[in-house]
Amino acid sequence: MGRWNESVDRLLFSETRLAPEPPASELTPEADFPSYFISDSMPFAPDNWALKVGGLVARPAVFTLDQIKRMPMYSGRVRHHCVEGWSAVAEWQGVPLRDLAQLVGASQAVQYVEFRSFDNGYYSTWDIESSLHPQTILAYGMNGKPLYPDHGAPLRLYSPVKLGYKCVKYLTEVNFLPTRAGGYWEDQGYDWYGGV
Amino acid sequence: MGVHPATGRKPTRVTTPLQYSPPWSRQLAERRQGRRAQPAVIRLAHWINIPLLVIMAGSGLQIFAAYPALGPRGGLYSWYPFQNDSPPSWLRFGGWLAGARHWHFAIAWFLIFNGVIYLIYMMTSGEWRRRVFIPTRDTSNAIAMFGYYLRIRKTPPPEDFYNGLQRIAYTSAIVFGMVVVLSGLAIYKPVQLHWITAAFGGYDIARVVHLSCLVLLATFTAMHLVLVALHPRTIITMVTGGQRG
Repeated sequence: MGRWNESVDRLLFSETRLAPEPPASELTPEADFPSYFISDSMPFAPDNWALKVGGLVARPAVFTLDQIKRMPMYSGRVRHHCVEGWSAVAEWQGVPLRDLAQLVGASQAVQYVEFRSFDNGYYSTWDIESSLHPQTILAYGMNGKPLYPDHGAPLRLYSPVKLGYKCVKYLTEVNFLPTRAGGYWEDQGYDWYGGV
Repeated sequence: MGVHPATGRKPTRVTTPLQYSPPWSRQLAERRQGRRAQPAVIRLAHWINIPLLVIMAGSGLQIFAAYPALGPRGGLYSWYPFQNDSPPSWLRFGGWLAGARHWHFAIAWFLIFNGVIYLIYMMTSGEWRRRVFIPTRDTSNAIAMFGYYLRIRKTPPPEDFYNGLQRIAYTSAIVFGMVVVLSGLAIYKPVQLHWITAAFGGYDIARVVHLSCLVLLATFTAMHLVLVALHPRTIITMVTGGQRG
């Protein structure tokens, strides 16, 4: 039934369908937006942090945060849906993943994108379609301010088309792959596709 | 009415079937010649619903337990008195959130399929005419039946296959079933099916509606079980189908 449901999820998904924008009045107060991590204590980025982008790409690269911030920025206010059932609203600022994919020359053979982090091995793998969705970004800003450590500083994956557990915080690597890999929660039994 | 002095038994209430003879009733009686009081499709759908609904309710409560509050983060609904009270473990099914989700999203398909087959049959067979609550036709009967249950009326009103109260009950159950499915879709795919979510007033309201439908369906079930226990011959009819029309 899981495979059937994933087929239905993929059929339902549309690259052009945008998550609706809630009014600013529904913005969740910062203190009320939960921040989860799996390390024993809040992960802080090493001084020499950089994002490694690789896999089936023509031009694998390493980007500093400044370089990422100089790329075209997308800002969007969306509703976050956690698998636990709660929702919260925030505005995220970052570089669209589809722009980054073009920059590094991701191959047509890429079907999956893997996201790795410095939060004790937390990772996830996405389908390429959701990864290239216009609202899928690598976010460095939340509600107009630089991302804080509790929300995945310096860079996190964010998209309103996936459940929260798929949106990896504390990013270290983005790998464009031909084959599927797992994820921290997915390996424990949570739905791999995780789309909303 | 008291007990018989010799036998100690209460007098048996006898209702004559088909005391109605409006045109729709006569037409339907002709159409359902040879058909059992409870046709096979309806019986099957009824009994199959039991394990399906039990699993959906139990797994649903296990899912709810992961965030047993109503309202978005930072905006919990003040009217809900049980914020962050987890449903008791004996009501939950699926072990943990991931397990419960797998059960819930798998069995949902079978529940919807069962419901669709039942509704298609109800409409195409004409059975809906004698089962569904039609306000202009059935309100006075429902009120009279209610008066009889409260012992205000001494005798029941003339009865068709289902009385007005039964029609209300079974029609409501269908409506609750449809709304529980639609609200479920609204919270399952709030982006891909955002138009359904919006129709409910947003994700968190749809979530309240979804839980409320569970409460309404559970209430319906409790009342149904009480009334079936008071009229146990109806169980036999729901198994064998009863008399042919």
